[in-house]
Amino acid sequence: MEFLTLDVILNSLKEVGSTVLYILVGTVLLELLAFFLWNPLGAFSRRIDRALQFLGDRVRHGISALLIAGVLVFVVGAVSVGQTPSSWAPYWPWAVVAFLVGLFVSPTAVTIFGWRLRLPYMLLLPAVVGLLLLVVYPLLWELNVSFTNLNPRHFKSPDFIGLTNYIEVFTKPVLKQVKFFPVFLRTILWTVVNVACHVGGGMGLALLMNRKLKLRGIYRALLVFPWAIPQPVACLAWRGEFHFEYGFVNIMLQRLGLAPIQWMSDPVWNFVAMCVTNIWLGIPFMMVIILGGLQSIAGEYYEAAEIDGASGWQRFTNITLPLLRPVLTPAIILGTVWTFTNFNVPFFINQNELETSDTLVTALFRSAFQYFNLGDAAAFAFVNFGILLIFSIVYIRVTGGVKGATE
Amino acid sequence: MNTPLARQEISVWQRFFQSGREDSPFKRILIHLMLIVCCAIAVYPVLRIVSVSLRPGDRLLSTSLAIIPEDATLEAYKTVLLEKEFLVWIWNSITITSATAIIGVILAATSAYAFSRWKFPGRRPGLVFLLATQMLPAPMMMVPIYILATKLNLTQTYRGLVIAYSVSSVPFSIWMLKGYYDTIPHELEEAALIDGASPMLSFWRIILPLSTPALAIVFLFSFMSAWTDYLFARVMIASETELWTWVLGVRDFQSQFQTQWGLFSAASVLVAIPVMALFLYSSKWLISGLTLGSVKG
Repeated sequence: MEFLTLDVILNSLKEVGSTVLYILVGTVLLELLAFFLWNPLGAFSRRIDRALQFLGDRVRHGISALLIAGVLVFVVGAVSVGQTPSSWAPYWPWAVVAFLVGLFVSPTAVTIFGWRLRLPYMLLLPAVVGLLLLVVYPLLWELNVSFTNLNPRHFKSPDFIGLTNYIEVFTKPVLKQVKFFPVFLRTILWTVVNVACHVGGGMGLALLMNRKLKLRGIYRALLVFPWAIPQPVACLAWRGEFHFEYGFVNIMLQRLGLAPIQWMSDPVWNFVAMCVTNIWLGIPFMMVIILGGLQSIAGEYYEAAEIDGASGWQRFTNITLPLLRPVLTPAIILGTVWTFTNFNVPFFINQNELETSDTLVTALFRSAFQYFNLGDAAAFAFVNFGILLIFSIVYIRVTGGVKGATE
Repeated sequence: MNTPLARQEISVWQRFFQSGREDSPFKRILIHLMLIVCCAIAVYPVLRIVSVSLRPGDRLLSTSLAIIPEDATLEAYKTVLLEKEFLVWIWNSITITSATAIIGVILAATSAYAFSRWKFPGRRPGLVFLLATQMLPAPMMMVPIYILATKLNLTQTYRGLVIAYSVSSVPFSIWMLKGYYDTIPHELEEAALIDGASPMLSFWRIILPLSTPALAIVFLFSFMSAWTDYLFARVMIASETELWTWVLGVRDFQSQFQTQWGLFSAASVLVAIPVMALFLYSSKWLISGLTLGSVKG
């Protein structure tokens, strides 16, 4: 038991402050290294380029791609899993050599190390290092683990078992009882129900609010409450309110003369409770985004449509929706991705009790952290990631949503 | 402009969808009623937390729906503030979160500038990669990050948490800031370049000041995502209570076996009030910033 004394304050300030300082000093050193190495590397790459002219660009690109792909495979295999280092690990100097050869063989090296691009690459360097450490390395680790049987029984020295984990995701239960497809379908249902209600509810409220209205500011402030409250607090409070005897949901049902519902133990109602919570949480965000979009539509369009005799519904589908599209498309993509990967709501409402209301993400958490089937969980995670990626690519292709953003 | 005939043909239902004009009194009342109901749904669960926090210890479990209980006390607040480590947790959260938000903004602001102003090999794959990281399920990264942290002796320290948080919101921040920088015309920097300013100087003196609203939003986003995070905190610093962030503490009040409703609610209210105030205050910018990047796409 400790209280907020001056000592505690200073200690945590010291630790956090020194961390920030280390990060800054590290960044500066890295940048200096890049600054002074860039021009020599540029000169070197130009010399190599001249020497290799006879090979032709296509051949050089090919060699470089092969070498870099080889290095990637090596890195995945060399990341140590379990407690014994990988048998590939001692060969890392060869990988470094292969990487450097691959880099400088390619004609792109001259562009990369040209003086023109020194500044942008230096600007990117700190973020790249951070992402390599905290996104790329974990991904490679997971990729490696997904081919092994790392679990409590083989913790010290897991074996390479090829694609077995990926096949087992679809054939064996992913948790103790639940199989992949029910969880998958539930997650799809969860995403569709939530996103539809978010967009529908948000659109309805935004249309109601988008007019001259007394007390508009107050309504708006009150309506964004669910978005403003910290999510864990909201989820935990809602869990309390789904209590059988003392939660307000059941009390209200009883006052209305209906039977109280077993929110926490009945699989169907537990899922409903999750959806109610998440819909409550998500509508304000959509409302605010859509309201912003509505306000940017000029009134003249509606006047012109009215003169032409368009009905309200026609105006909605032919003016409002198309003009909202640049706002709606990214919001729907983000909303879908966030709902699909939402961890807080299913986890806090269900608290890992019913396997039957797990979504893919909480099932993943349970499989890794409760049952410690890390190999299975990794394969499962990549299947999840793949599903979401395919959805996003298809959606972006169909709607042309993020076109122009990467140009 | 309208002919009287056209005006007659517009039914109530048709007028429902039009915007920015005078409505009939009946319709106005209807709209107000609907909005009031929606506001009640939005606010009541929040008020319930306040209500439970005001109940005396022996009447925590009651079937009353009143918002202010008859015998309201501040007992629970007193317990939370004076007898629990709540203030330590809040302090931990504040330091960790501020540090991460600052580092995150610096990382994102510089990289987004590179993405916005230069064409270089690896740019498109980089942007696509950043977008793809948004689709990684969060629990997926936990095990490897934990193992990495164990190897580097960073578990049970704030250090590991600060590093993990500052990077985790960077991809989204880069996308948002890049969208914002793209809307700033290149001519401004070209003029500065002619006057002899280096690209870095024009970034510092022109781009950064012009994008303060976007930077504020990115700061707020990274702050919020670290402030409300449960997963990283649970994996990295769960073992010692004096290291906890408030999320772990509040979750502990509402543990599976014995829920301390009063403490949970009081702590929630204390955490939520400043955050909500900040949020409501900044919500106007937040919205403009969120839509700005996307409208262009």
